[in-house]
Amino acid sequence: MSRIEETFTRLGNTGEKGLVVYLTAGDPNPRDFLSYLHGAADGGADVLEVGIPFSDPMADGPTIQAACRRSLAGGMTTERALSLVSSFRKIHDTPVVMFGYYNPFLQYGVRDFCRDARSAGADGVLVVDLPPEEAGEMAPEASRSGLDWIALVSPTSDGERIRRATSIGSGFLYLISVTGITGVRKSLPPRLLGWTREVKAQTRLPVAVGFGISHPAMACAATSHADAAVVGSACVKIVERHGAARKGPDALRRFVRSLKKAMR
Amino acid sequence: MQGRGSELPESAGKRGPDRAGHFGPFGGRYVAETLMTALTDLEKAYREAVGDRRFRERLDVMLREYAGRPTPLYFAQRLTAKGKGANIFLKREDLAFTGSHKINNTLGQGLLAARLGKRRMIAETGAGQHGVATATVCAMMGISCAVYMGEEDIRRQEMNVFRMRLLGAEVLPVLSGSRTLKDAMNEALRDWVTNVRTTHYLIGSTAGPHPYPMMVRDFQSVIGKECIRQYRKIGRGLPSAVVACVGGGSNAMGIFTPFLGKNHVRLVGVEAGGLGLATGNHGAPLCRGRPGVLHGSKSFVLQDGDGQIREAHSISAGLDYPGVGPEHAFLKATGRATYVAVTDQEALQGFDLLARTEGILPALESSHAVAYGFRLARKMRKSESVIINLSGRGDKDIAIVADARGADRVPH
Repeated sequence: MSRIEETFTRLGNTGEKGLVVYLTAGDPNPRDFLSYLHGAADGGADVLEVGIPFSDPMADGPTIQAACRRSLAGGMTTERALSLVSSFRKIHDTPVVMFGYYNPFLQYGVRDFCRDARSAGADGVLVVDLPPEEAGEMAPEASRSGLDWIALVSPTSDGERIRRATSIGSGFLYLISVTGITGVRKSLPPRLLGWTREVKAQTRLPVAVGFGISHPAMACAATSHADAAVVGSACVKIVERHGAARKGPDALRRFVRSLKKAMR
Repeated sequence: MQGRGSELPESAGKRGPDRAGHFGPFGGRYVAETLMTALTDLEKAYREAVGDRRFRERLDVMLREYAGRPTPLYFAQRLTAKGKGANIFLKREDLAFTGSHKINNTLGQGLLAARLGKRRMIAETGAGQHGVATATVCAMMGISCAVYMGEEDIRRQEMNVFRMRLLGAEVLPVLSGSRTLKDAMNEALRDWVTNVRTTHYLIGSTAGPHPYPMMVRDFQSVIGKECIRQYRKIGRGLPSAVVACVGGGSNAMGIFTPFLGKNHVRLVGVEAGGLGLATGNHGAPLCRGRPGVLHGSKSFVLQDGDGQIREAHSISAGLDYPGVGPEHAFLKATGRATYVAVTDQEALQGFDLLARTEGILPALESSHAVAYGFRLARKMRKSESVIINLSGRGDKDIAIVADARGADRVPH
């Protein structure tokens, strides 16, 4: 059983909802990123998504675009991102999903990346622009290396596509809450809960709802029918606000804790 | 119908790519899950439309009566005499309505969007030619239109911005990245992923995810088909070479496609050499890039070793793009077409050359093809012929040309 599966099994047994936290690797700089990542884990995040920065993040809103810019300006590379994960792994055993766009993985070498990510201590990989139609280039390689392949479904995915994502994916299924890009939103889309129920009925995988979830009450509502909530931009905004300031990681820890508390 | 087949034959889309949109190792659909259903629906609608005689006839009528097709194939006598080599013909896409070949595709996709029941259209534009052609078709069809354009391009293509606004389109400045075509495309994709249910994304080049490279190629193939017909009419067989500029690659695919099966016709794509290939400041992914994934398809891309996309550079906004359509990558890999680069300076010389010998101001994009086509013709026999695709007219570029040589200095 993978570390991600173990986590969701444990959550399922206790009836607890999971929290997935996204941060962009190397934001605001490599060293402080690591402190933020520890902060998120200390706050109680159940899964961490570590974003490999990309120059052209076309599914991301302004917050994560800016995080990618900061990270790249600081010299972040795929290799360095993996070594940060490796440092994190020495202290925490929270599951880590490598999150990114395909081109940096492709240039690193898909097989090499999967092998190196696994040996750095990563547990899964999520590639935004590899839908099931193109996932054959990477998903089998990820599985062979022992990484979960995190597949996505969106409000435009029909039953057939949900089945396809389920059959190709493992670990958990990432349910995109809205047609749109990442970024904090004030409220959940009205049809989300009914739709989450539909997806839950059609997949054997735990379902994590993401995109737009920005505060504890939203995280709580989003998980009324799902197994976990993904909070990205709201956490990245804390990194953006505090940067390298000493109290930053603690602010993130407290925010993550408040999210977790609301989901109990 | 003028006693000949439709400009968009029923076989359109059947010459490749495969069902998943791959041209060999290139192409595909590297997009977020949210867009997949829209792409599948679009492909289905496109294949149905192509099979529908009324759709093809409607498009033919619009191409003829609205866009002013066919555009002439003009024998450039003085340019030929100056070159002392092969005969030079110009395919006058600059004479198509709105001033470039872009109208061929926007009419096709406009009719398709109407079939899909979409009430809003978005587009990206570099030089503004595609934006103008989109705004035009939207105005004519009563569809609301938003065009994403990099701030840098808005600055250097002011006239086209004004034209789009006059046509009722909203021009949305893009402030991210290099503030050029690449970033406009990112922003348009972000809009589409948000409004995918109501909006059609009218991609202007043979780039992007499947089915766009196939569809845009098919809609632009009218250029090459007319060339073959017109060239035969003047009592010749086929030209020795066809030359076109390549940014994303739509005018080049348009003129190349009908010649692909005619193996003795050389096909040459001219990329933006910018300040010179050696400087790294250029827009020549086929000459200097590596295979990668950008904007939904796999092709040649300008990038660093870590897979981060590099900014392109070209004096012409329409070629200032670090990617290129996947079918061009395939044609390069198979050797069916060759790709070269022409620098900013050489393109400016091409501009002057055509202005002074033929009285035609070409777009700076097309000036790249003129510069290389002329050089090629000089090295060829007098019995041979070269067709240069004059993809657009140069009015939009006059300020840039003036700037480039110092505003008050007229060339001699």
